[in-house]
Amino acid sequence: MNDRVAPLRTKPAAYDVGRLRRDFPILQRRIGSHPLTYLDSANTSQKPQAVVDALADHLLHHNANVARAMHALGAEATEAFEGARAKVATFVSAAGPHEIVFAKNASESLNLAAHTLGASLRPGDEVVVSIMEHHSNIVPWQLACERSGATLRWFDVTDDGRLDLASAQRDGLINERTKVVSLTWVSNVLGTVNPVALVADWAHSLGAVMVVDGSQGVPHLPTDVTALGADLLAFTGHKMCGPTGVGVLWGRYDLLASLPPFLGGGEMIEVVRMTGSTYAAPPHRFEAGTPPIAEVVGLGAAVDYLTAVGMPRIADHEHAITAYALRRLADVPGVRILGPREAVDRGGAISFTLGEVHPHDVMQLLDAAGVAVRGGHHCARPLHERLGIQSSIRASSYLYTTPAEIDRLADALDHTSAFFGGRVASRPSVDEIPLGQGGS
Amino acid sequence: MSIESLYQEIILDHYRAKRNSGLREPYDAEVHHVNPSCGDELTLRVSVVDGTVADVSYDGVGCSISQASTSVMTDLVIGATAQRALELHDGFQQMIQGRGDVHLDEDVYDDAVAFEGVAKFVGRVKCAMLGWAAVRDALLRVQAADKGD
Repeated sequence: MNDRVAPLRTKPAAYDVGRLRRDFPILQRRIGSHPLTYLDSANTSQKPQAVVDALADHLLHHNANVARAMHALGAEATEAFEGARAKVATFVSAAGPHEIVFAKNASESLNLAAHTLGASLRPGDEVVVSIMEHHSNIVPWQLACERSGATLRWFDVTDDGRLDLASAQRDGLINERTKVVSLTWVSNVLGTVNPVALVADWAHSLGAVMVVDGSQGVPHLPTDVTALGADLLAFTGHKMCGPTGVGVLWGRYDLLASLPPFLGGGEMIEVVRMTGSTYAAPPHRFEAGTPPIAEVVGLGAAVDYLTAVGMPRIADHEHAITAYALRRLADVPGVRILGPREAVDRGGAISFTLGEVHPHDVMQLLDAAGVAVRGGHHCARPLHERLGIQSSIRASSYLYTTPAEIDRLADALDHTSAFFGGRVASRPSVDEIPLGQGGS
Repeated sequence: MSIESLYQEIILDHYRAKRNSGLREPYDAEVHHVNPSCGDELTLRVSVVDGTVADVSYDGVGCSISQASTSVMTDLVIGATAQRALELHDGFQQMIQGRGDVHLDEDVYDDAVAFEGVAKFVGRVKCAMLGWAAVRDALLRVQAADKGD
């Protein structure tokens, strides 16, 4: 403990989730006659009052364009915008704000990475992803490979939902042809926390660049980009209590400086001549046009909020909630959990199936009980195909989730089984159904 | 807007025992439709003989609403003229997109009236339309091929 910054009290206050919830007005809502049970934070998180206030204050009292408006408001807006960049840099332990690029979401951040790194790919080069990726960390690399003639390869998963390192090592998945490895830190479906640092060491030993999709990691775990081993890290504001419309790409500065521009336009240039242009240094090289200024300011407020609560405490709380949810769900008849069943190296997204009841129908029944979950393939169709299922139900928690909410989920699942019980447990075979005899 | 208004007994009955399911020969057109938001998938074949829908066969994965709606649809269009089947599609589509303000003639639509409750759940409209959109697509392909002959 550092004496200079130690607070006056000797013991940190207990994590008071009830008090935290009062910061999120939406959590007081009711859905019909039920209290809202929001278990869809992996989709998007709810927003604390402080973030909404920061957005409103900026738009109502400090609004101007950034970097080009020379008046007083322009200076205030630029200061707020660049101040937020510094906050985000500190939040992920970056070397400085010059390593933080703002995009519109994590998908755009990953497209930026794939497009700029993809510019130097050649036929024979290889790009490695994993089968547990969100579509946004698959499709941009498929496009980059199509453009360049490079080959896309991928990590498989083990039956218990972990990254299959053993088969990857046996097959030499990462090798001297590998130029980029792009891997999710935390799976948005399985909840699996991947051994990113280990994979990064492997990639670096062969000269490949390590890209990390931190969309489900940065909002939930203390982040240190150096410890993570990443060269580029993509994440998004709206999953970490911030507004939609702002994503982040952190990059090691010397790598960013070596990359070509992504989108062309205002603000990303140095000198424009009709015969050719030169480009600004990072991060502005990658930020063409007017950025999402208020949203960035809102993200800065979200970072302040999360930092004040404390990321290690948030991670501890989520670990406890995840462990509780895994125990409770294991006791619900018909539930089959897709990812790791123990809260070890595991995030708060829990995907599962409920007997033969289709996830869309489960979602609808849960919604009728005020329980918000996601049903579908969660933008990870290849993973579902690999697991031999079409879709799943996903419940996901965050800093404001309570054990009582997990109990309401479990109760609503029991009710759903009863509602569809017997009716859909067994599917009649085609032979039992008479062929069409004509319309009625 | 109760959950029971969505999951009418007729819908659950069709979900349990789908009519005309499975893929059969012969057929004149085969289409594959998906609902990207939830991943529902449907492969559907139509056989048209002398302008009349002789058979609709299908195989797919999906929720109770999409599966039951496809089942109900096949009961309605098999035996109808292709033109009549397209009109039935249009009428069903108007109802399902009508947010509960458009009603179907039960003498014409039979079990399909059970889907009027779905119209109030905008998130499920695509589910109810999956089979109908597929059969329309398949019938239009048959008609286009006939004109090309």
